[in-house]
Amino acid sequence: MAEQSIISPENLVYKKTGVMTDRELHYCPGCGHGTAHRMLAEAIDELGIQSETIGVAPVGCSVLAYYYLNVDMQEAAHGRAPAVATGIKRVLPEKYVFTYQGDGDLAAIGTAETIHACNRGENFLIVFINNGIYGMTGGQMAPTTLPGMKSSTCPLGRDVLTMGNPLKITELVAQLPGTYYVTRQSVHTPGNARKARRAMKKALEYQKENKGTCVVEVVSNCPSGWKMNPVESNKWMEENMFPFYPLGDIKVPGKGLVSDGKNGS
Amino acid sequence: MKKEIRLMKGNEAMAEAAILAGVDAYFGYPITPQSEIIEYLMSANTAERTGMQVLQAESEIAAINMVYGAAGCGKRALTSSSSPGISLKMEGISYLAGAELPCVIVNVVRAGPGLATIQPSQSDYFQAVKGGGHGDYKLIVLAPSTVQESVDFIRLSFDLAFKYRNPVMILSDGIIGQMMEKVELFEQQPRLSEPPEWATRGKKPGAKSTVITSLHLESEDMEQVNLRLQAKYREVEKHEVRFELFRCEDAEVLFVAFGSSARIARKAMDLARSKGIRAGLLRPITLFPFPVEEIRRLAGQVSGMLTVEMNAGQMVEDVRLAVNGRTPVEHFGRFGGMIPGPDEILEALETRLEEWHQKQPA
Ligand SMILES: Cc1ncc(C[n+]2csc(CCOP(=O)(O)OP(=O)(O)O)c2C)c(N)n1
Ligand code: SF4
Ligand SMILES: [Mg+2]
Repeated sequence: MAEQSIISPENLVYKKTGVMTDRELHYCPGCGHGTAHRMLAEAIDELGIQSETIGVAPVGCSVLAYYYLNVDMQEAAHGRAPAVATGIKRVLPEKYVFTYQGDGDLAAIGTAETIHACNRGENFLIVFINNGIYGMTGGQMAPTTLPGMKSSTCPLGRDVLTMGNPLKITELVAQLPGTYYVTRQSVHTPGNARKARRAMKKALEYQKENKGTCVVEVVSNCPSGWKMNPVESNKWMEENMFPFYPLGDIKVPGKGLVSDGKNGS
Repeated sequence: MKKEIRLMKGNEAMAEAAILAGVDAYFGYPITPQSEIIEYLMSANTAERTGMQVLQAESEIAAINMVYGAAGCGKRALTSSSSPGISLKMEGISYLAGAELPCVIVNVVRAGPGLATIQPSQSDYFQAVKGGGHGDYKLIVLAPSTVQESVDFIRLSFDLAFKYRNPVMILSDGIIGQMMEKVELFEQQPRLSEPPEWATRGKKPGAKSTVITSLHLESEDMEQVNLRLQAKYREVEKHEVRFELFRCEDAEVLFVAFGSSARIARKAMDLARSKGIRAGLLRPITLFPFPVEEIRRLAGQVSGMLTVEMNAGQMVEDVRLAVNGRTPVEHFGRFGGMIPGPDEILEALETRLEEWHQKQPA
């Protein structure tokens, strides 16, 4: 069969969502940020809410998320996305609002904003990309860096006695009455990516019900910061990150807490 | 319709003015001497009266970023605080200026540095006028000297903020915030119905998405943004200078004072006049833009100028820049919450008068 005859509309099985722009991603090869963007964009697309969605970008590698996510967006100062999203949602309660934040942004400099937005039960979605490191600034230790894990500011490995323990902020906010749906996902295989997309879609749908904050953590890789190639980084993530940050739902509507995250620590 | 006249405390009057001005949202964190603003709003049933949203944030940092979010949606957003809280807001203020978002920030100034005292002061002049946050930016700064002006400036500030897409600061102080005066309130203004086209309101189908940001990674782009901001500030300087003159026509010496200091300086001016000293007073109403031209004009007329400030000498630097050596400019100040009395101001003037007269060409 000639190639031309194969390329026809009825044979089309895959189409890029219009909620992603055509701009080339600046992320390192194999980085999870691009896939996480895509899953979020597809969730928005499937719900048909592109024109009713306002996003908040963080400071971190995904600072330019608004180059790729084809929705109205605001760029927040480092860690302040949940406060910015609160401001948006309070004046436009009928819109769908999300933040997209890294671990440094959400769990270090923005801890207060994160916890208090969740505690007030602000009606927006927090997409939390946990790669255990500060990707953007060159691989420094994050609040989520694993014990013994190396980074440029813990070159001998994280020593929990002097540097503190990794913060399971997702389990922490799940304890708050303000959160409604809290889950931990990954995007490193097609199956996991699909699950992450379903979680984001559910979380966006819940926004209509005005029941509280939804948090979707995505445990992700940072090949550059971890100094590994993409394949190695995914393997390392499965072997080291997932045991500490177990995938799955943590808080589910109707059921409440379904995991305390302890099985992994 | 007859306008309503009430006896009100400065802070509460500003809060009422915010409701009447059709403000969409207020975000704040308690701090003396301005907590009456959020307390008043919380008990005023704003949701029912106008639909205005009022929220007590977890910190001043969160509050100013909530303002950023609401302002980015094209809404009228207000926050208020006092000096230590304003320091915390500075990061957000720089981002608001960089993203060119309109909003109003009230600073009911108390003395510093550090936790200092809750007593009134004007020691945040530099922070308000020269920056405070990082980067080359300017706030439009209004300094009320009465409760009436506190009310009127809330409305004016939002007009200016939206006209120039720039944050506006109302630099009040503990005296004006806490004292009670007669005020004439304006009529209820509608909240904004149509969002400005730069606001994030959800992307229209087929249209490009709207982005609110202060990030411009390429130096060439960032320089253009800086140039545009500077051009805007020059426009503000051209059109928005406001000041008030008292007995300047025949003045041989000039007081320059803003806010509550101007009220006291005016008394000192009357005392001086009664002793035969032809004193005048210039009260800057906008601290940025500063009344440079008027001060320059008066520099050719008077034998000296004395600024009266509740700080160690901040505005005096701007007066000196305007005067550019044409006439002596001195500063008299009290700090730490101490309020200068008219007598000591007059005394300070008299001491300097001798020096100034000696300097006059024979
Ligand atoms: C106030 C402030 N402090 C520090 C920085 C520098 N900085 C930029 S991004 C970042 C860390 C980002 O890490 P993370 O949130 O984990 O995002 P990632 O890049 O890993 O996706 C830091 C420290 C900044 N931009 N602003
Ligand atoms: S530094 Fe890490 S997080 Fe950032 S783009 Fe590269 S791989 Fe992704
Ligand atoms: Mg990170």
